[in-house]
Parts: sequence; C-alpha cells; structure tokens
Amino acid sequence: MRSGRLLRIAAGAVLVLGLVLPVLAGLGQSLAAAFGHFPALGARGPDLSAWRALLAEPGLARAAALSLWTGLAATLLSLGVALGAVAALQGGPGLGRAGRMLAPVLAAPHAAMAIGLAFVLAPSGWIARGLAPLLGWDRPPDVATVGDPLGLALILGLAVKELPFLLAMAVAGLGQIPVAAHMAAGRSLGYGRAAIWLRILLPQLWPLIRLPVLVVLAFSVSVVDMAQILGPSTPPTLSVLVARLFSDPDPRAILPASAGGIMQLVLTGVAAALVLGGARLAGLRTRAALRRGRRMAGADRALGLPLALLAGLAGLAALALAAILLWSVTFAWRWPDPFPARLSAGAWQDAGRWGATALGTLGIAAACAAMALAAAVAWLEGADRLGRPQGDRWMTAALYLPLLLPQLSFLIGLAGMTLSLPLPPLAAVIWGHWLFVLPYVFIALAGPWRALDPRLARSAAALGAGPARRLWRVKLPVLAAPLALAAAIGFAVSVAQYLPTLLLGGGRIATLTTEAVALASGADRRVAAVHAVLQAALPWAGFLAALSLPALLHRNRRALRGAA
Amino acid sequence: MSLLLEGLTVLDGTGAALFAPLDLCVAPGEVASITGPSGVGKSTLLAAVGGHLAPDFRLRGRVLLEGRDMAGLPPERRGIGVLFQEAVLFPHLSVADNLAFGLTPRIRGRAARRAAVAQALEQAGLGGMGPRDPATLSGGQRARAALMRTLLAEPRAVLLDEPFSGLDPARREGIRAFVLATIREAGIPALLVTHDREDAVAAAGPVVALG
Repeated sequence: MRSGRLLRIAAGAVLVLGLVLPVLAGLGQSLAAAFGHFPALGARGPDLSAWRALLAEPGLARAAALSLWTGLAATLLSLGVALGAVAALQGGPGLGRAGRMLAPVLAAPHAAMAIGLAFVLAPSGWIARGLAPLLGWDRPPDVATVGDPLGLALILGLAVKELPFLLAMAVAGLGQIPVAAHMAAGRSLGYGRAAIWLRILLPQLWPLIRLPVLVVLAFSVSVVDMAQILGPSTPPTLSVLVARLFSDPDPRAILPASAGGIMQLVLTGVAAALVLGGARLAGLRTRAALRRGRRMAGADRALGLPLALLAGLAGLAALALAAILLWSVTFAWRWPDPFPARLSAGAWQDAGRWGATALGTLGIAAACAAMALAAAVAWLEGADRLGRPQGDRWMTAALYLPLLLPQLSFLIGLAGMTLSLPLPPLAAVIWGHWLFVLPYVFIALAGPWRALDPRLARSAAALGAGPARRLWRVKLPVLAAPLALAAAIGFAVSVAQYLPTLLLGGGRIATLTTEAVALASGADRRVAAVHAVLQAALPWAGFLAALSLPALLHRNRRALRGAA
Repeated sequence: MSLLLEGLTVLDGTGAALFAPLDLCVAPGEVASITGPSGVGKSTLLAAVGGHLAPDFRLRGRVLLEGRDMAGLPPERRGIGVLFQEAVLFPHLSVADNLAFGLTPRIRGRAARRAAVAQALEQAGLGGMGPRDPATLSGGQRARAALMRTLLAEPRAVLLDEPFSGLDPARREGIRAFVLATIREAGIPALLVTHDREDAVAAAGPVVALG
C-alpha cells in the first residue's frame, strides 16, 4: 500500500508538473502575449497591439477560413469513409484486411506522406505522367494541383493520413457493442444493413469515437507541416502563417504569433462546436426517422460509395509511399516518363547529409518513448497497488489536453517561457515531444493493463511474491506485447513531431521531419525523398521490432502469441 | 495448527453483510467445504481469507491462522495458497518455471531447486513436462500443476475456489482425489468453495452452506 502511494504520487507529480501544468501555463503565456503582456520583450500590456499586427497580415481572414475549411472537410471526409467502410465490411474478413493494409499509412509521419502525395498529385507528378500520353500533353499541365487555392490537396492529404486512425478507433469501439446481436435483431425486423448501421449502431458507436474524432479535428485545423507542403501559399492556412510569424527574426513577432495561436484555439473550438452540434442534430433526425419506421429498402446499395472512396484513398497512399521510395533512388526522371530512366543510390550515399539527423531523431524518439512508458507504467501500477484498478478519470481526461488543443496555441507560449529558462534545446525538444507521446502511450497501454487477469497477480501474491516481484516477474512479462506496441506508438509519434522541434529547439535541433519539410520546397526531389523515406522507415522499424520482440520472447507460449 | 474463522462476514460498499457471520475451525489436513448458490459470496469469502478483497469490500470478524490474526497482512505475507478454477498458470513461464516461481526461497541452490520442481512434477504425474508451454496442457494437467505450484510455496493453509468445476467430467474424479489426498498429506487446513455436493462429500470435512 505504501509503495503504491509513493509510486502514485511520483507518477502523478510527473504527469501534473511535466504535462498538465506546462500545457496550461503555455496557454496562459500565449494568452498574455496575445494581449500585449511579455515583460522579457518590454511589452507590458494589456493592449491590443498584437491583435492589430496580426490582423494587418495580408490575407488573414482568408487564412483563417482556409484552416477551418480544410480541417473540417478533411475530418468529415475521413470520418465518413471510415464509418461507411466499417458499415460495409463489418462481420467479414475485409475489415481486418483493410486495417492491415492501412497500417503502414498509420505509421508513416504526416510530412513523409505529404511529400509523397506532392510527387503523385503535382502537375509534373505521377498522375499527370499517366494521363499525358492519353491526352497528348507534351509538358506538365498549368494547373495548381498541389497548393491549390481551395486547399483540396491538403484536404486529401489529411484524409489519407487520418483515415487509418479513425478506422482503427471505430473498430475498437465496435468491440464494445453487441454488433452481431443488434444486426440480427434489426434484420429480423425487416431493416437492411445500412439502415441498422445508421439508426442502431452508429448512435451507439459515436460516443465511443467522439474523443478521437475531436483529436483528429484539432490536429487537422492546426496542422503546419502538411499544410506547408500541400496547402496553398498566398495566403497559407492560419497555422502556417502563425508559424512563419514565429520564425520571424524580429523577436517581437512572437506577440502577433501568440495572438494567432489564440485565434487558432478559437477556430478549433468553433470547428468542434460545429461537429458536435451537427452530430446532435443528426442524432435527433435519426431518432425521428426511426420512429417513422421506414425500412429504407435499397439504402444498402449506397455502401458501395465509401468502399470506393476507401480504395481510392488507400491507392493514393500506396502511390505516395512508392513515389518517395522511387525518387530517393532516382538519377534522372524526365517528363513524361512513368518511371525513371536511370536509378542511382547517389542521394543515399551522401550519408553526411542525413546520417546524423536520422540518429538524432532516433535518439529523441527512443528517449521520449522510454520516459512515457515509465510514467504510464508507474501510474497504472500505482493504481493497482492502491486497489483502484479503474484509475482516475480526471488524469485520463487531462492527458487528452495536449491532443485536443491546437499545438500552436500553447507551444508558442511554452517557447516564450523556455527563452528565459536555462533549458538546453535538446532537452526542451525531448520534453516537447513527450507532451504528445505520453497521451498516446498511456491510451495504448491502459486498456491491456486493466484487462489483465487480476488472478495472475493474486496467484503470485498467494505464492509469497511482493508487489515488486509481481510487477517485474509476472505483469510486465505477460504484458510484453502491449508494452512493446505502446513504446512503438510513442516512438512513431515522436518521429512525426514537427512543431515542438521547431518551436522549442530554438532552431538548433534538426530532426528528419524538420529537414524533410524544409527540403520539400527545395529543388532536389531526391534529397527530400531520402528524408521522407527515412522518416517513414523509422516508425516502421519500431513497429516491426515491437511485433517481433514479444513473439521471439514468447515463441513457445501459445496463450501470449498475438496478444497485442 | 488450524485455520479459524470467527464471526467472519464481508460488508459491501453500502455496509450490508453478504452472508451471516461464519464460525469455522479447519484442522490441519482437513478440507472444509463451503457450498451455496452462485452469487452468494463464496468467492468473496475466500478473497477475504486470502487477503485479496477488492477495496470496496470490508471484512468483519477475524481470520486466525496458527493462532495469528491475519488482519491487515498483505496476501503475500499470509502464507495462504489459492487454487483458482482455471488454474491461472503464468502464461509467459514454462510449466517448470511456474512451479519454480512458487517454490519457497528456503530451498537454495540451483540443483536443489530444480530437483524439488522435478519431484513435484513427478508426484503430479507431470514428469518430463517441465519445459512445456502451460497453454499446451490439458485442463487436468493444468490443475495439478497449479496445485503443485501452490504447495511448493509451503503455505500454511490452502483455499480452493471451485478448482474442479472447469474439468472434463471423466477426469474430474481422479484429479479431485489427487488434490484432496495431496492436501491431506501436506497436513494443512484447506477451504473448498464448490456448488457440487459430490465435491463436499469427497472432501469429507465440515460443510458450511452459505445463503
């Protein structure tokens, strides 16, 4: 009991002092700076000068509208396709197959996917090359297919990237609903598959996936790296505009940037209100339609549409990943050839260019994953020892904070605070990544941890094993697969981080992601492709290790195989 | 030395007693049976004796083992072994390592410990199965391995939580006879929770009906 309390207090302190308070303090700092209070820069508000400077930015209104539009459209597109695909495929082998097929997309960072998509969608990209001989184009068409003013390429990119995540969340949520029984009951009453989905299953599923949907929404409205590569540029989305303001050599530009971060927060709130309000409205309409009792015969045919969209988005993702691989080994690839005329490992041989960056990215990600895993295990084990296996709801809620707030809104404030702290840039970056790694690691681990058969620990206790021996000799080994998976998820989340590196590193820390984003706008596609491939390969290697390590460890243990 | 329950009952979160206060004395080598319909609190009673009670439950009365009050002692310091219905072998350890995990630390030295485990396996009719994955054992083999794991810890009492109810009816009798005989031979008191009258008859000790 006492060890449990100590563990709990230590873990709680790490979570509160390391994550919750800094996020709130960063938000407070952004808010203060937005209203002209930043003593280190001699600004002693409150005043509205920061807002006036922000509003004077050219195209600000359009930038804000673009952020809202692209974020909402991408979230609704990926959510619609995910739910439609689940409705069409549930109960058959197709759902598992689709999940496995999309796993590499789930693991690939946004920036890598964006670079690949740009190679595919651009006027000189793969799609145009495929069409050129059919349409007789002798030069790339003069249409902005990437960076288009409506942000369609960005919407497509976000949807491709978020679809696997929402699909996984929907499948996990379905596990908690008696789908087969409700489907059988509904069918016996004369309803088709689509009708039962819309009226019976979706209303039960929605509360289970609402939080992940809001996470996707907050991310999509405020994404910077993908918007920089695929989004429009004059004006860009609000997030890109704010990030550029922050990078302005004039230190006082942090004031309008902070105001932009707060604006970003308001936009996210508006988007969330729209989605939640829309869902409520749809729920009411569904209830009314349900009372009318129409069987909606023929609605099942509509299930083909989400499947077609799923296939389209998955195909686009596969092309994007193939494109970065191919470009990284290309020597010469003239328009409109569908494949490079000459291959060369030249871009890879220049290891001085990427070796140190890759190693640094790996180190940061490994440190983050290890620290997050330790904190999560300490918190969950403390809960077990205190006999509260459900853990505290408020801590789980607080851990969602960094995922539900737009990154810019509190990272700008944190960056302003670290200016006056003697924190080395590398430590600041690792900590910044950890803010986003910990929630995912905790969420991934908490389910399997709480589902562990409590009689295992009880048996060990009845055999005389104390709390430490129960943890190290029974629980952790039995949970090896979920532990490894959680670590791999944390590792992948860290590799994909862009803003924390940019904002907290003070320009002195480069990761594969920041390099890839910087190179994406450059002239040499091969070097950008090398960085994108490395960026995607690191998480893949992490997941591969996470899947094979427990399998190796437990190769003769049937009950533990495939437990992840 | 015996296991003594004095006015023992369990209170749930609202303070209501799950069953009437229970007085019971189990002598060494004796197996007392606790019967009753499911949901009456038989397993909760065992959890209370073993110290595994969930935090929303409270125990009233006393549990004395060899004259020592168990109140406030964590399960690992009570010296009370538990045998669950599905054996609950540790899935990441081999059969032999499961037994070795239980084997009392008083037996020292690699060779001696290995010999003790091998002998226990032999005694349970599991000779040569030490390196096996517990998941590949039959239900009866798992039950016997779990019993040996429990006894190797040299407990001063054993709790049996319906250990025979998941077993194949054809093998059930033989395994029950083995478990009961082994416990008698070990000379420790045991509490058996069951809803099967035959179990209680075979145990041949005092029978308490709950509920």
